[in-house]
Amino acid sequence: MDTIGKIERHFKALQENLNGSAGNAWRKLRREAFEAFTANGFPKMKDEEYKYTHIGKVIEKKFDFSGLASPTAEATLEKRPVFHDADAWHVFIDNGKSVDGSLPEKTGEGLEITTLREAAINHPELMEKHLGRHADVHKDPFTALNTAFSHEGVFIRVRKNATIGKPIILHYTDGGSGADIIQTRNLIIIEDGATANIIESFTSAMEKERFSNHVSEISVGAQARLNYYKLQNQDKEIYQVDNTVIAQARDSYAQSFVVTLEGRIVRNNLHFLLEDENTETHLFGLYVAHGQTHVDNHTVVDHQLPHCYSNEIYKGILDNKSKGVFNGKIFVQPHAQKTNAFQSNKNILLTDEASIYTKPQLEIWADDVSCSHGCTTGQLDEEQLFYLRSRGINKSKARAMLLHAFVNDILDKIDIDFLHDYINEEMYKRLD
Amino acid sequence: MLSVKNLHAGIEGQAILKGIDLEVKPGEVHAIMGPNGSGKSTFASVLAGREEYEVTEGEVTFLGKNLLEMAPEDRAREGLFLAFQYPVEIAGVSTTNFLRTAVNQIREYRGQEPLDAVRFLKHIKEKLALVEMDPKLLSRSLNEGFSGGEKKKNEIFQMAVLEPKLAILDETDSGLDIDALRIVAKGVNKLKSPDNATILVTHYQRLLDYIVPDYVHVLYKGRIVKSGGKDLALELEERGYDWIKEEVAAG
Repeated sequence: MDTIGKIERHFKALQENLNGSAGNAWRKLRREAFEAFTANGFPKMKDEEYKYTHIGKVIEKKFDFSGLASPTAEATLEKRPVFHDADAWHVFIDNGKSVDGSLPEKTGEGLEITTLREAAINHPELMEKHLGRHADVHKDPFTALNTAFSHEGVFIRVRKNATIGKPIILHYTDGGSGADIIQTRNLIIIEDGATANIIESFTSAMEKERFSNHVSEISVGAQARLNYYKLQNQDKEIYQVDNTVIAQARDSYAQSFVVTLEGRIVRNNLHFLLEDENTETHLFGLYVAHGQTHVDNHTVVDHQLPHCYSNEIYKGILDNKSKGVFNGKIFVQPHAQKTNAFQSNKNILLTDEASIYTKPQLEIWADDVSCSHGCTTGQLDEEQLFYLRSRGINKSKARAMLLHAFVNDILDKIDIDFLHDYINEEMYKRLD
Repeated sequence: MLSVKNLHAGIEGQAILKGIDLEVKPGEVHAIMGPNGSGKSTFASVLAGREEYEVTEGEVTFLGKNLLEMAPEDRAREGLFLAFQYPVEIAGVSTTNFLRTAVNQIREYRGQEPLDAVRFLKHIKEKLALVEMDPKLLSRSLNEGFSGGEKKKNEIFQMAVLEPKLAILDETDSGLDIDALRIVAKGVNKLKSPDNATILVTHYQRLLDYIVPDYVHVLYKGRIVKSGGKDLALELEERGYDWIKEEVAAG
């Protein structure tokens, strides 16, 4: 049986299995997503969006979809992930399923953390309004595949005007069940006037080939503020596709950090929908790749209405035979006058075999806007290196100092100490 | 202290230095002068270990060790210092962090304990006063956005902090106004001792009014063609380099 055939069999079994449970709308969404996925299947090599990252072909070849996660797969928590003891709200997700008893029971008035399944029962209107409404199943085949099989996942709601001081950490520990295909999903709703800090931490090290297909949908309400961090530091055997969509309402503020330190192929689609006026958005990215790692960041900032500001800075260091891809789209729709949108991508290649494809893509249909973009790619500056060495600093230390200086402006913007220090340390390990 | 014998060096197959001999003893100040393109900066770069230059012949010993076999950082750790003609800007590395790393790597090489933050700050504050540098510059990125004068003062400041045995000043005077020149010269003079030595590479005699050399050498076409005392510099100032060139042409 071919891969699509296997996927279809699983899909039917899943729908059957969930028959009668709550969420008719969700059931319809799964069906729509499944059809969207099977219409085109995995992205082909000629597919413009996946031109430099042939992950579709690799996934289809490497993984046997007869092992696609079924609703009965057990979640365990064998190893405690990093930050598990940090002062934060913790959610542990194993094999796409929140680990029993890991959801914080008492989070106070403003914060609700539960499963998508529970939310479908308790908040059907919120689920219908948001689930699958931001991450469009027709836009990306991996989003479609994830949505077609969505039945577990985490639901986070920060109530109106609530300020959640402690960060909320979603720990993805995939592995207890030994599954090689892991699909994870969240829905995060930051209601009007609320503030939250959310960390998605992918740090399990299994040294086992597996495919992780993640989708996060985040709604940021009017006047709300979100600081969002994604840390990708799994082992070098992981093939990871991440679709994250953040929709911002009027006068809201959102800031994202995407830090990629490990993986075989990592593809991130980060999509900001600026759906109303006067929003502010910052996108920061850091990737430090070595060995055979392939890191691809595709970002979209979609300015739909006037007076919105967005600023994007992605920086990468590529060592050995690693490959980087950066594609940054900025759309300025016809109504989005007075848009300010900036973008920059800077890279350092440490070897002749490392490479980067970088492509800014601005599509502007309004006439009163201020937009800029720029990208640079280079080697370490030999003159700077010699200057440091001529003062008695050895070559490897001088090299580490310069690389650190290169990424420091982004790193220092991470103001959650335990996260900042961890990333700093992990990066130094690779650069020294 | 420094002994250069028949040094030949070049870059990308092009010979620039064609047999330099020079002896420098502790306590001495040597000035190396010469017209543009004579090889002055190449000489300074080869001594400091700039890797793009290739030494094709000759030898250099520094405090009894083969200098040419050492990495640039080891030359610095042995006590050699080059004040750059064009100091490099490094965004994201503060002057304090840079110098503390340098001081402690040198100390480690010499088997000394690292300086803690408090002792290090005390050490550098004394040296800052010497070159009249604004302490605020310490926390800024190294040389980034510094004026020409500030950059050159920063070189002398680094020299004061690292306390080298042999300092090579590569056109430190070029482009300086008279006030900055005085400050730089004052710093160099204060750092002079019977144990250390200085090589001034310069195009202009003016610097030598402030730092009086024991010896003046004229470098031309990759060789030292004339050596003398400080009066030679004055003669060059008055007569230019043409008479030297003519002497060389006449053999």
